Amino acid sequence: MQTPEFQLSAEALAQIDQEVAKYPAEQKQSAVMSALRIAQAEKGWLSKDAIAYVADYLGMPAIAAYEVATFYNMYDLEPVGRNKITLCTNLPCQLQGADKVAEHLQARLGIGFGETTPDGRYTLKEGECMGACGHGPLCLHNNHKMHAHLTPDAVDKLLDDLK
Amino acid sequence: MSLNTPTDKVCLWTLDHDQPASLATYTANGGYEALRKILAEKTPAEQIIEQVKISALRGRGGAGFPTGLKWSFMPRSFPGDKYIVCNTDEGEPGTFKDRDILIYNPHQLIEGMLIAGYTLGARAGYNYIHGEIFEQYQSWERALQEAREAGFLGKDILGSGWDFDLHAHHGYGAYICGEETALLESLEGKKGQPRFKPPFPASFGLYGKPTTINNTETLTSIPWIMRHGGQAFLELGKPNNGGSKIFSISGHVNKPGNYEIPLGTPFSALLEMAGGVRNGHKLKAVIPGGSSAPVLPADVMMDCTLDFDSIAKAGSMLGSGAVIVMDETVCMVKALERLSYFYFEESCGQCTPCREGTGWMYRIVNRIEHGKGRPEDLDELVRIGNNIGGRTICALGDAAVGPVVSFVKHFRQEFEYHIENKRCMVGG
Repeated sequence: MQTPEFQLSAEALAQIDQEVAKYPAEQKQSAVMSALRIAQAEKGWLSKDAIAYVADYLGMPAIAAYEVATFYNMYDLEPVGRNKITLCTNLPCQLQGADKVAEHLQARLGIGFGETTPDGRYTLKEGECMGACGHGPLCLHNNHKMHAHLTPDAVDKLLDDLK
Repeated sequence: MSLNTPTDKVCLWTLDHDQPASLATYTANGGYEALRKILAEKTPAEQIIEQVKISALRGRGGAGFPTGLKWSFMPRSFPGDKYIVCNTDEGEPGTFKDRDILIYNPHQLIEGMLIAGYTLGARAGYNYIHGEIFEQYQSWERALQEAREAGFLGKDILGSGWDFDLHAHHGYGAYICGEETALLESLEGKKGQPRFKPPFPASFGLYGKPTTINNTETLTSIPWIMRHGGQAFLELGKPNNGGSKIFSISGHVNKPGNYEIPLGTPFSALLEMAGGVRNGHKLKAVIPGGSSAPVLPADVMMDCTLDFDSIAKAGSMLGSGAVIVMDETVCMVKALERLSYFYFEESCGQCTPCREGTGWMYRIVNRIEHGKGRPEDLDELVRIGNNIGGRTICALGDAAVGPVVSFVKHFRQEFEYHIENKRCMVGG
């Protein structure tokens, strides 16, 4: 399954080791969510090779890591653009204007949710509750950076800033 | 106001300080003193649990289960590993209070987890943090490092001979992991599918060891209770509903945000604090406790006080204290369509009634919203709901039904109008 050329950097492996150290020695699998996150951050997405590599590194079956990667929606199992924008459209954000922001994002980028611009610069995703509703509408940039109080103007500025 | 003086703010009092999150602010205002005293006096666990029982602290994550009682289930003398787990997997639409605790008062949560760990005989604790608030996962890890360097975590804490450590663990996009046994599965590095109960986590939890799982706000309340006593906490609220509580208010109000107020405060007072319904509009409906709580029409809600018992009496639940406010411009069909999609999307797929039923409910509400509803649809929705409720391993099934049944019950006319006229009665 695993192609020999797949490799994570020494920095990524050091980060994974730090995560593994949080759990009892015989429970390395507990670090799989972090390890997949670290692999994705380095490679941009999770290929089957990446998942198998992480599983092997943690001493767990590849299928078990694959189950995790497919269960949680912040893992990308297909390549995404350099900037993945995940917009929350759930009810509190919707009440606070997420529909307008969604329309604007799609019109401006010329793509729908789940799509990537042809130049590979942006991917647009629809997200579920991010747990910061009072500051909505909200989006995440590449999973980890939250942008709040979005309006069509604020979105324009954000997109321009993301190369 | 500080931790030294009883105040109606238990968790977010640091907001009155310039550097709310810093260890210096926390310790200068009595932080870690409760832990210090417990370790110095070797306070018996029974005494700590007794104070928590007196406080009438009820779980702040949604279920409202008495915390002292939950702690008493833990087999403290069981030889071998035991764990304390904090649930910061805050993904219930409308809920955003635990994020603010991590941002503004991370050390009080650490102290709360330490006291819980000491009381329950745990060897370590984990805080499971919603993946979407990754910045707070990172900042809480920095707070842990500060605490470790100051001698509050690790080996021989404060010279007491007691070893204990805490770690952060992040989710990565799965609402279901807020369910405590799904959370444990996830913490073990698996799909977050809830476990069949019994056995309950107190006997078979993380790695099969006795485990207690509490919400972030619950654990953050513990140091306050230990400093001021259970009775003082109880008196902040009302009988059977001890303490103040953070209410997250969102939707159509002028100042959405978190408001930490005594349990039993009238809803109308919270609405006023949040600047009232957005300018020039009229209150239509409120979801009082996160998206899983049944919706209440404006007039019912305006008569409620914000505590577990009052909201339950009105036919809904206080849940996580997430108050979603809707004004007269809201189409209830569209609002329900979005919520139904959420539960369909987030069902873990383990139990047939939930996996299939949430999809059926979403598709029916979706067709009503898009002018393709059928006259029999409303009864069908309720029938499907009745076949999900109580027939699943975890509460997500019931949570998905709550909005559907209550929206149809209270706003049936609006749904019927949609079906007959193929359009919305709100806003043309």
